[in-house]
Amino acid sequence: MKRVLSPWFLVLSLACARPPQTARVLRVCADPNNLPYSNAQQQGFENKIAALIARDLHAQVGYTWFPQRRGFVRNTLKAGVCDCVIGVPSNYELTAETQPYYRSSYVFVARRDRHLGVTSLDDPRLRTWKVGVQMIGNDHVNSPPAHALANRGAIANVRGYMVYDPRAIVDAVARGDVDVAIVWGPQAGWFARQERVPLELTPVSPQIDLPFLPFVFDISMGVRRGDNALRDELDLEIERRRGDIERILDQYGVPRV
Amino acid sequence: MHDPAAVRKKLGLKLFAVALVFVAGCKSKESTGRSFPFLERLSPAPSVKTNLLELQQDDGQWVMPAKNYASTRFSALDQINAANVKNLEVAWTFSTGHDRGEEAAPLVVNNTMYVVTPFPNVLYALDLTQQGAPAKWSYQPKDLNSAAKGIACCDWVNRGAAYANGKIYFNTLDGRTCAVNADTGDEVWVSQVTDMSRGESITNAPLVVKNKVLVGDSGGEFGVRGSLTALDSETGKQLWKAYNTGPDSDCLIGANFHPFYQSDRGKDLGVKTWPPDLWKIGGGTVWGWISYDPELDLVYYGTANPGPWNAEQRPGDNKWTCGIWARKPDTGDAIWFYQWSPHDLYDHDGINEQILLTLPIRGQQRKVLVRPERNGYVYVLDRATGEVLSATPFAYITTSKGVDLKTGRLIPIAEKAPGVGRVVRMICPPAPGAKDWEPSAYSPVTGLLYIPHANLCEDAEGLQANYIAGTPYVGSNVKMYAGPGGHRGEFDAWDPVNARKVWSIKERFPVWSGALATAGNVVFYGSMEGWFRAVDARTGQLLWQFKTGSGIIGQPITYRGPDGKQYVSVLSGVGGWAGAVVSGQLDPRDGTAALGFANAMSDLGKYTTKGGMLYTFSLP
Repeated sequence: MKRVLSPWFLVLSLACARPPQTARVLRVCADPNNLPYSNAQQQGFENKIAALIARDLHAQVGYTWFPQRRGFVRNTLKAGVCDCVIGVPSNYELTAETQPYYRSSYVFVARRDRHLGVTSLDDPRLRTWKVGVQMIGNDHVNSPPAHALANRGAIANVRGYMVYDPRAIVDAVARGDVDVAIVWGPQAGWFARQERVPLELTPVSPQIDLPFLPFVFDISMGVRRGDNALRDELDLEIERRRGDIERILDQYGVPRV
Repeated sequence: MHDPAAVRKKLGLKLFAVALVFVAGCKSKESTGRSFPFLERLSPAPSVKTNLLELQQDDGQWVMPAKNYASTRFSALDQINAANVKNLEVAWTFSTGHDRGEEAAPLVVNNTMYVVTPFPNVLYALDLTQQGAPAKWSYQPKDLNSAAKGIACCDWVNRGAAYANGKIYFNTLDGRTCAVNADTGDEVWVSQVTDMSRGESITNAPLVVKNKVLVGDSGGEFGVRGSLTALDSETGKQLWKAYNTGPDSDCLIGANFHPFYQSDRGKDLGVKTWPPDLWKIGGGTVWGWISYDPELDLVYYGTANPGPWNAEQRPGDNKWTCGIWARKPDTGDAIWFYQWSPHDLYDHDGINEQILLTLPIRGQQRKVLVRPERNGYVYVLDRATGEVLSATPFAYITTSKGVDLKTGRLIPIAEKAPGVGRVVRMICPPAPGAKDWEPSAYSPVTGLLYIPHANLCEDAEGLQANYIAGTPYVGSNVKMYAGPGGHRGEFDAWDPVNARKVWSIKERFPVWSGALATAGNVVFYGSMEGWFRAVDARTGQLLWQFKTGSGIIGQPITYRGPDGKQYVSVLSGVGGWAGAVVSGQLDPRDGTAALGFANAMSDLGKYTTKGGMLYTFSLP
């Protein structure tokens, strides 16, 4: 479907038509080693999206690399060393966010040759299969699947993997160490493609497990709170480049819901 | 280094001859009551102790952060006393050049002071024989991996170095142990002990026992499998490693292991008290203190929280986390274990200091281990067996009812258990505990234990989207705040024999500095606002205070200078978990920063600014 061009698009086009006085830099903070999102060689889909937008803004992308761990926003955006993070949850309290540019889901990852057909957290087989989940370990909380399984009494059959190495949990499915894993979509999509055996990805249902455990998240770009000018600019870009962004996400196998 | 043979070997005959000449020349000076401290260093004076067992008892020096193997942080120096401490003044200062939390204790050996800074972990040697104690040298390990900053949970701190055999030993945040020649600053060896790619780091101070350097790890938030490593003090080679989760063979549990309580007995409890394989990522790191009893030949150290996992996913006691080991230093062989907090729900790391004392308990002299623990109780344990003799609350507790002395088990209160989607208010003590790592001191003169600690509670409520390493999830909103009374910290004197509080000083902020007790009946500690205080050891009356440049979270020490005077030193420089709101420039409006600690500390920035500075005080 073709998008109707908004008047803002025209304004932006005019603005962009002006020859730049000095080369603008879009200062982005990103993890130097976290594919499929980003890496220092700029091979991630967030790198591609940053480059796409920077081109429109007649800007160069200037990166500050920092592991996306505890303190990431504090040491990057809030420290003033950059102005933009390409991917954050849309209701993240630490930043001001643009409109979402994709929505993904946690997915069941299984070998296609197993024909498991698992779609729901309520599938009783999740109590007996070996199930891989990622663990986090901050503030008494963990990844949504870890909590959902514990709430259903699935404990002894659950295997934990670090969030810092998402390849490991997908490898475990391919090798048969676990029957099924529940992994955040973008990571599952990317690493499943690297495996030699075909893997099947199925979005988890329910999308929100009661009382309130969401498995679906909207992802936006994040700027410093108060930096409305940049946020508005990025919002327009997300509108304008929606098709290109979708294509990039497809190239990286990011499941969307 | 101080025995004649070693000195000859070290310096060569030529220099030794020069030294002899100087020593001879020095005689006349000595008759005037003064001497060349420079020469004393070269000349092997008979009074100089060479053995660490003797050195740790020498009150002129301070060779390990806890002063001695018993970890009393007590000095028999009494030149500075309750009557004259009011005259104390700054003798000299030294800027560390760093602005992260300064948690270390300075060391004093052989008229040299050694200070290790937060990451990037520079070791300075200051010459106490010279006016103003100028730096003799500094040492920094090569090619430090600055990614360590990203995995350190609670600021880039270092809790101090240790001296033995002419070398200074210290750990780096990126997981190395360094041995440096104490005289020259030359690197002797560097040993990579932990692996940063697995989230491991090191913040603790090593302890040297016989020819072993004992080193613990940090990083429980990352699914690290906690352990203690013994390195050869001469080569840095690993001699043994004792894990805190997993099969008995990994935990160095063998035929000599005789825990006092039934629940710690059985094969492979480090595997069986976990759901399958979770022990592999089970936490139980060793980032706190290690003590040593030379008579029983046992080292004692605590283990941190299990994790990283929501508690409902790890039913069981989760051995050997949140407990304490007694081990043989030569082999690492486990002798006993006691678990402060089986199946920990609150991040109550069991890594605090253990003070080794002989106390009359119910009419009998007992060799005990005293532990003011994160869960809010002062424990008195028989240190030969691991039996709990008493466990008495020293802080406000809502999370447990007490300790069952028959089974040794903490009695939890179920309705305070946190869970996702559950709102739980007034969790006391919260994650940093009634008392965190900041070490107590014990005075044999007063028979009192001086405990720096916090008075905090937390609420776990609400839900907020979070994102880590590209993984979104909904986190609980943990917010800490002052406990009953509205003050956030206390400095208490505790009678361990009668298990009661004798006096208590209220502090605006958690007391995050160590304590120092002296025979002059003066006890020292620092506040997070930057006040360095001297109080009467018997009454707690404030005798003297000095406002340092930044909040104090370091460990005060005392020593005898080359001029025969008593000095007191402390590092000022706010930070650490409690002070991260200032040193890490957290947004004070974001109460959940620093794992919810920022909420309780949002006003710290009004009272202090960051910056590392060493202060040394003396009488005029």
